[in-house]
Amino acid sequence: MPKITFIDVDGTKFETNVASGLSVMEGAINAGVPGILAICGGSCACSTCHAYVDDVWTAVVGGPNDIEDATLDLANERKPSSRLTCQVTVTDAMDGLVIHVAKND
Amino acid sequence: MSIVIVGAGQAGLQIAESLRRGGYEGRVLLLGDESFAPYQRPPLSKKYLADDIADERLQFRPVEQLTKQNIEFRPLTTVTAIDRDACEVVLASGERVPYEGLALTTGTRVRPLPVPGAEHPAVRYLRGLDDAKRLRSQLATAARVLVIGGGFIGLEVAATARHAGKTVTVVETLDRLMARAVAPVVSEYFAELHRGHGVELRFKVALTAIAGNPDGSLTATLSDGSTVDADLLLAGIGVLPNQELAAAAGLECANGIVVDEFARTSDPRIVAAGDCTLLINRRFAAPLRLESVQNAVDQGKIAAQSLLGNAVPYQDLPWFWSDQYDIKLQMVGLSQAHDSLVVRGAPDSAAFSVFYFKAGELLGVDSINRPAEHMLARKLMSLGISPSPDAVADTGFDLKTLLPAP
Repeated sequence: MPKITFIDVDGTKFETNVASGLSVMEGAINAGVPGILAICGGSCACSTCHAYVDDVWTAVVGGPNDIEDATLDLANERKPSSRLTCQVTVTDAMDGLVIHVAKND
Repeated sequence: MSIVIVGAGQAGLQIAESLRRGGYEGRVLLLGDESFAPYQRPPLSKKYLADDIADERLQFRPVEQLTKQNIEFRPLTTVTAIDRDACEVVLASGERVPYEGLALTTGTRVRPLPVPGAEHPAVRYLRGLDDAKRLRSQLATAARVLVIGGGFIGLEVAATARHAGKTVTVVETLDRLMARAVAPVVSEYFAELHRGHGVELRFKVALTAIAGNPDGSLTATLSDGSTVDADLLLAGIGVLPNQELAAAAGLECANGIVVDEFARTSDPRIVAAGDCTLLINRRFAAPLRLESVQNAVDQGKIAAQSLLGNAVPYQDLPWFWSDQYDIKLQMVGLSQAHDSLVVRGAPDSAAFSVFYFKAGELLGVDSINRPAEHMLARKLMSLGISPSPDAVADTGFDLKTLLPAP
């Protein structure tokens, strides 16, 4: 299972293994990463699972689709590396992925 | 020192976690009457019914994440009474659990079909995961599905059933779909969508009786005398607030447990949140009941703050969504009281929004496959910015320019 490291807003690291096929958001929730709230449960409707993909990984993870792109507009402090983690499906190629949690409220 | 939360749905879980985030160090007991850990309901009529996701993916958290937060979650626990003098809740087992603060997040239950024959085993409702499991297994073997009620639940189930190749009929007593929530132009769009997928829509007729057939199917009789044969009937005709526990304890109830803008009931030690409440939101003149994820979450946070001694008024913007086939309907605000509306975009392009106004003020926006406009509307409305109907009607005008500079 790919290993993913989440770094929360305080700089605390959470390392967890997430099965391919789950979303990055689900990986964070299962590991109890604070700050990934996912209020809408992964329907791409709320932006509270917002995070930044570490620069090294942006090419592997890719960018948002149209709906996600629009939804991200509502998120706090959007950056070029912003993704809604509910929309990122974990693949084997993401082993080692580093995700920086955004300020979600 | 303990806070007891009755009801382990989205609002109950939100209160539990908000209490911990707010620094509450006493006991937090989250009591659910189902066998499942807190789970998401929206997928039950969509992905879950379509067999696209496993049960555990419906859960908000693995139970160990609750334990880690020192939230004592108890499934299969029914509260039978609240003893307000002793500050205790009474469980079905007879156990009495003391509280210093109590939260009621008891949710709703489905409105039963008021017709003879409604106890037929092919008649199903959809509220909880148990319902969804039964519905899903019966749907698998059904060829003909009859949906009673052209609201969100009925239409989402109709879309899922049609997608699975079933013959689907939807019966609606009013003259259009989702009539209480959206404008006729939106109803008409969704009617065409469902017809285009092969669903038969029957308007202005009501179900009057259900009769069983020897092969296990049923025959539904409608108010115009016609009949529909079905292997499965799904009734989605609304819900009733679970307020009996509160009412029996002498808490004020109407169409829901009455709470103020701080989610407090008529007893200052007791808050309530989510679908079960008749609530006050500063944005709206009258009390109302909202059945939505947004309300469960936002009002849950307010309720937790009240339990922590912080009075934060509820003024969050309501929003909702519905997925039918590959179409996303997103709604913000409450638009029922509108006196005019502007359609932005073309309904036949399958991407448009309806802006609802009252006396020139924006009340709400429904967006069909226009997520950017939905998000923009949420942003504008939460900032109290109301674009003029003329500006909205001008598709060449970029509504984003109304936002304050970042």
